[in-house]
Amino acid sequence: MPAVDTGSTAWMLVSTALVLFMTPGLALFYAGMVRSRNVLSSTMHSLFAMGLVSVIWAAIGYTLAFGGDHGGVIGGLSHLGLDGVVGAVTGTGPSAIPTSVFAMYQGMFAIITVGLISGAVAERMKFKAFVAFAALWSLLVYSPLAHWVWGGGWLQKLGALDFAGGTVVHIASAAAALAAALMLGKRKGYGTEELRPHNVPMSVLGAGILWFGWFGFNAGSALGSGQLAGSAFLATNLSAAAGMLAWTAAEVLTGRKPTVLGAASGAVAGLVGITPAAGFVGPMPALAIGAITGCLCYFGLRLKSRFGFDDALDVVGVHGVGGATGAILTGVFASVTVNSAGANGLLFGGGLALLGKQLVGVGATIAFSLIASAIILKCIDLTIGLRVDEESEATGLDVAEHAETGYEF
Amino acid sequence: MKKIEAVIKPHKLDEVKEALQALGISGMTVYEVKGFGRQKGHTEVYRGNEYTVDFVPKTKIEIVVDDDLAPKVEQAIVDAARTDRIGDGKVFTFDCEGAVRIRTGERGSEAL
Repeated sequence: MPAVDTGSTAWMLVSTALVLFMTPGLALFYAGMVRSRNVLSSTMHSLFAMGLVSVIWAAIGYTLAFGGDHGGVIGGLSHLGLDGVVGAVTGTGPSAIPTSVFAMYQGMFAIITVGLISGAVAERMKFKAFVAFAALWSLLVYSPLAHWVWGGGWLQKLGALDFAGGTVVHIASAAAALAAALMLGKRKGYGTEELRPHNVPMSVLGAGILWFGWFGFNAGSALGSGQLAGSAFLATNLSAAAGMLAWTAAEVLTGRKPTVLGAASGAVAGLVGITPAAGFVGPMPALAIGAITGCLCYFGLRLKSRFGFDDALDVVGVHGVGGATGAILTGVFASVTVNSAGANGLLFGGGLALLGKQLVGVGATIAFSLIASAIILKCIDLTIGLRVDEESEATGLDVAEHAETGYEF
Repeated sequence: MKKIEAVIKPHKLDEVKEALQALGISGMTVYEVKGFGRQKGHTEVYRGNEYTVDFVPKTKIEIVVDDDLAPKVEQAIVDAARTDRIGDGKVFTFDCEGAVRIRTGERGSEAL
């Protein structure tokens, strides 16, 4: 059995657990923003993904992403049921880690990506329909995308950079969220009733857990322990911080009060923005990426009411706008002095070449996820039905779909 | 007997309670309620989107007292609950036709 690096293995085990922990963090972040009668239904979307996607990933998702290559589009079936994973080694030298750890680490990304989509469907989607969607989407959209970018697929060969999943995770989930919001329709009372967050402290706790877990998400994407993990960790923290400051500054400078949900959302926006760039940029570019993403997400969301769809918890506004901004800015700020396996962006003498590849990555991800998600959703709508009936929506999905209530006052 | 209902600012409840105890009132019922009057609601902003909150949290007190005590109770509530700012609330007085203490079966003023 080939030797693994124990330091890198230890860090990747920790990172795997950190990324898993993001999903209950996301559950709290989202659940605080819905009305109290839907708090459990929203929580269950993320929670259940931890069970469902773990199994799907082990059975077939992993091999479709990382089991060989078919035309740069999708992996093969060589690791069906995680066959051949235990005992194998991924990476070389100081980055040699057990393939079992690599497979688990990547599986955590598949889980949270499905969880992210749930923000758009909150307060009105049938649980059964969500489960069917999560299962199909994870196999038919997530695995191919992960293959394109990390599994030796065409975007990786093209040279598009996505360190930790700006396209695969954030843009992909946002495009799916857009398709779902359009096909589900608006929540009852959207635009007329107060659809206010019921527990902002819960959302803030969730955002804190996300920030914490994101260190595993980004610094873990170095797939080893060393200089690259360190610089990705540093960039991640700075971008989150700058995102928070930028969002709050934007609120105050536009004559609003500095809101708590805004500060938390700004940090999340900064984290989304740095995700594709984390292992390719230095600390000051990371600050710039966080600040720009925080501002763009804030002003993007202020326009929300002008769009004709109800993206309940702003998956498009935060993960779509933030993910695309980060992917494009990677083409501006990337530097080979940070990561020799990367490329130079616009500001570091790389010209427009990388920027062009980044745009291809963003465009291809949006197009594929949007279309594939719409087809999956249409199939589910014709069989199970996507949306709960009007009475269930008025009662709240906690009682109607789960026979529970979140609170007893 | 008179029934007095007062809607007041929640943070004034303790002062009102103490003022009424000073008059010898031995019991009251309190609700957490929401409503609006001239104060109207307020605006909350979540992720840059404004929501108008029409109903403001208030506390409602109900007490039943003998006729001769009613004007003093009314005035005590007004004095204790007043902040001189909009939204201080209102006091309503009604005739009360009967009262029974369930444990003993005492009726009328005896039951208060």
